[in-house]
Amino acid sequence: MSEEFEPNIVAFLCNWCSYAGADLAGTSRTHYLPNVKIIRVMCSGRVNPLFLVNALQQGADGVLISGCHPGDCHYLEGNFFARRRFMLMRKLLEHVGVDPARVNMSWVSASEGAKFKDVVDEVVTKVKEVGPMDQFRRRQINW
Amino acid sequence: MVDSLRPKIGVYICHCGINIGSVVDVPAVVEYASKLPGVAVSREYTYMCSDPGQNLVKEDIEKEGLNRVIVASCSPRMHEPTFRKTLKDAGLNPYYLEMANIREQCSWVHEDHAEATEKAKKLVEAAVAKALLLEALEEKEVDVIPSCLVIGAGIAGIQAALDIADAGFKVYVVEKTPSVGGHMAQLDKTFPTLDCSACILTPKMVDVANHPNIELMTYSQLEEISGYVGNFKAKIRKKARYVDFDRCTGCGVCAENCRLAGRIPNEFDELIGNRGAIYLPFPQAVPAKYTIDPERCLQLSKGKCGKEGPACVAACGPGCIDFEQQDEIVEIECGTVIVATGYDVFPMEKKPEYGWAENDNVLTGLEFERLVSASGPTGGKPILGRDKKGEGGYEPKKVAFIHCVGSRDKSVGNEYCSRVCCMYLAKQAHLIRDKLPDAEITVFYMDVRAFGKGFEEFYDRVRREGVRYVRGNPSEIFKKSADPEDHTLIVKVEDTLTGTPLEYESDLVVLGVGLEPRRDIREIIDLFKLSQSTDGFFLEAHPKLRPVDTASDGVFLAGCCQGPKDIPDTVAQAKGAASSALILMAYGKVKVEAQVSVVNPDECRGCGFCVEVCPFTAIELVDENRMGNIVQVAKVNEALCKGCGSCAAACLSGAIQPKSFKDEQILPQIAVLGVKP
Repeated sequence: MSEEFEPNIVAFLCNWCSYAGADLAGTSRTHYLPNVKIIRVMCSGRVNPLFLVNALQQGADGVLISGCHPGDCHYLEGNFFARRRFMLMRKLLEHVGVDPARVNMSWVSASEGAKFKDVVDEVVTKVKEVGPMDQFRRRQINW
Repeated sequence: MVDSLRPKIGVYICHCGINIGSVVDVPAVVEYASKLPGVAVSREYTYMCSDPGQNLVKEDIEKEGLNRVIVASCSPRMHEPTFRKTLKDAGLNPYYLEMANIREQCSWVHEDHAEATEKAKKLVEAAVAKALLLEALEEKEVDVIPSCLVIGAGIAGIQAALDIADAGFKVYVVEKTPSVGGHMAQLDKTFPTLDCSACILTPKMVDVANHPNIELMTYSQLEEISGYVGNFKAKIRKKARYVDFDRCTGCGVCAENCRLAGRIPNEFDELIGNRGAIYLPFPQAVPAKYTIDPERCLQLSKGKCGKEGPACVAACGPGCIDFEQQDEIVEIECGTVIVATGYDVFPMEKKPEYGWAENDNVLTGLEFERLVSASGPTGGKPILGRDKKGEGGYEPKKVAFIHCVGSRDKSVGNEYCSRVCCMYLAKQAHLIRDKLPDAEITVFYMDVRAFGKGFEEFYDRVRREGVRYVRGNPSEIFKKSADPEDHTLIVKVEDTLTGTPLEYESDLVVLGVGLEPRRDIREIIDLFKLSQSTDGFFLEAHPKLRPVDTASDGVFLAGCCQGPKDIPDTVAQAKGAASSALILMAYGKVKVEAQVSVVNPDECRGCGFCVEVCPFTAIELVDENRMGNIVQVAKVNEALCKGCGSCAAACLSGAIQPKSFKDEQILPQIAVLGVKP
C-alpha cells in the first residue's frame, strides 16, 4: 500500500449532548479529521450493540458512541444503559478478535465542542494504528 | 394525494451563502445525489431556509409529486422545525423530512475541499437511505395546565411570577430560604443609578406574597418533578419553621428573648452580623414570619433550653411556637416551570493569598454591601473591628478595591467575566466616598468594563470624585504587623502601566468577588436534567435566539442561574421567561413528541425488558388474547414516552422501535456510512 491508510469511522451521537457538541465544534470552526461520519440518535441508550457489529461488518474500521456525561442524560439514564451495553459488546468483540481500539465511547456535553474534536482526533489516531478492519468482511475468492 | 408507497425523493443542497459552498463542491453533490435510488429531483440553492428556498421545495412537492424531502444544509437542531413546516404547508407529512448536516459537521470543520465534498456526498446518501424508509407520523396536542412553578424568589423569580400572575395564571413560587428577595435584598444601593435596592425591591416582594394568583412557599424545596411540558407534577417539601405560620404576627418578641440572640452568624448578613436561633433574616423579610434554626436552637438540637424552658415560648403572645411541627409535603400540578435559582459568589477559600479568612478587614463585595446597608449589622456605618457587643471599632482611612477576584482567572477555573464586579466596585467606592469623605480610595483593576446604559458615565463620575484607579492584579494581601491594634494591610501589586511594584497600605480591602453557579446547582440539574455550559451555569437552548429556553420543553431560565447578569438584564430575562411560559399557557395546548416508541405485538415476546429500562415508566405489559391464549405484550403510553429509544436497544426481538429512529431506518445509514469511500 503506497497511500496512507485513512480509517472510516461511524459515530452514534445523542441528539442532546454529543450531537449538539459536534454542532458547537462546527459553529466554533474547530477543524478535525473528516474520517468520522455521524449518525444522529435521540439518546446513546438507543444504540443497539448490534449497530456496532453491523458497522464493522459493513466495512467501518472503527465505531464511536458518544452521549451525555453520566448523570446528565436528557432521558435520565439512557447513557448508563449505553455504557453497560457498550462494555459488554466491546468485551465480546475483543473475544472474537476485534481490537478494542476500534470500539470507542465518550461523554461529550453540548458545550464541549473542543472536546469533541479531541475525541475524534484520538479515535482516528487509535484506529489508524490498528489498521484496516477486514475480519468481518467476506473474503474475495480468486478462482 | 401523494403516493407514499413509492418513494419520490427531492434532494436540496444548500450553499448557505458561502458557508457550505466555499468548501463543499455543491454541484458535484447535486450530481451525485441525482443518481441515488428513489431520487426524483436534486437541486441546489443559495439559502434553502429563505422564502424562495422553501418555495422551491413546495413547488416540487406539488408539481413533481415528491413524497420525501432531503435538505442538506445546517444542523437539524437548527432548521428541522423550519423545513418540517415547509412540508406541512405543501400538504406533506412533516416527518417525511430528513436533513443531512453538511455545515456544522462538514464544511465548517474540514479544510480539505475534496475530502469535505466526499463526506457531504456520503452524508446525503445516508439521508436518502433513511428517507426511503421514513414513515408519516401524527402530531398530537395535549392541554397545558394553566399554572407555572417558579423556583427561586430572587428578583428574577419575583418578576417572572408577578408577570404571569398579572396575566391571570396561577403561579407557585418555591423559595429555599425563609424570605423572598434573594441577593438583591442584600444590596445597599444599585449601580449606576444609586437606587436603594430595598426601596425598589420591597414593594415587589410584598406583591408576590399578596397576589391572589401566587401561592408563595418560602423555606421550601422542590423534591421531585415528573411529567412533561404542559403536565408537570411537583412535590415540594415545606420545611418546618417550628412557628405557626398563620398566627405569627412578626412582632419579634421571641427573637429578643432567645437565649442565643445575637450569637449566631446571620447568613443574610454574609455572617458579619448576628441573629438568634429564632429569627427573621432581615427587617423587611417577606413573609414577616419568624423561623427557628433547628440546628442551632437549644431546645431542638439539645432538647433543653435554660432552666425555665425556651424563653421564646414564654415570650410569644399568640403562642405560635411549636417544637413538634413537622415538614409538610405539598403536591402540585403545573404546565410550565421557570428556574430562577440565582448564583453564589466566588468562595474566597479558593484564593487564600488574599487573606480573607484571617483578616476581618478583608471583605467580599457582598459582605461590604451588608456593612454599608442601613439594615446591616452596623446600621450602615462603615465601622470595622467592633467587639462582640457591637461597640468600639474604627473607620477605615485607606480603602482598596480589587477587581476580578475569581473571575477571568483560569487558576481558579473561572475563565468568564462576571459582568457586575467592575460596576459594583465603582458603586462601593462611591459609597465610601459618600460616607467617609476624607478616605483615600484606590481601585486595582485589570480592565474596566463599563458597557451598560449609564455605566461609563458613572465610572467617570466615581473617578472625578477622587477615586484612584491603578492597573494591576494584586498577588498577595497580608497584615503589616502582628500588633492586634494595627489594622494595616499590605496589598502587594505591580502597577502594570508604569511597571512599578507597589506595597499599598490600606485598612480595608474589598474584594470584587465574581459570580459562580450555585453550589447546590446539582439538585436542580438532577431534577430537570438541564445541561451546563462550560462555565457551569445552565445552558440555554440557543445562545442567541433562545436565551430563556432549555433543552427540556416547558422549562425556562431566568436570571443569574443562566450566567452572570446585572439587575436590569435579570429583570429583562425574567420577563422573557414569563412570556415564554405564557405562550404555552395562553394558547393552552402543546404538541407532544410524535417520535415515540411503537410495539409490534406480533413480534413481542412479553419479556418486559423494555418495561425495566424505560426511564419514564411509559411501557407496561398488557394481556392479549391470541386465539384463546392469553399472552403478555408491551404497550407504550404515548403521553409519557419521550422517544429516547432505550427500549429498542434492550428488546431482543426488535419488537419495540422508536418512530423515525427504527432499526430499519438506522441500519441503511450504517450501510452507507460504513462502506469505505
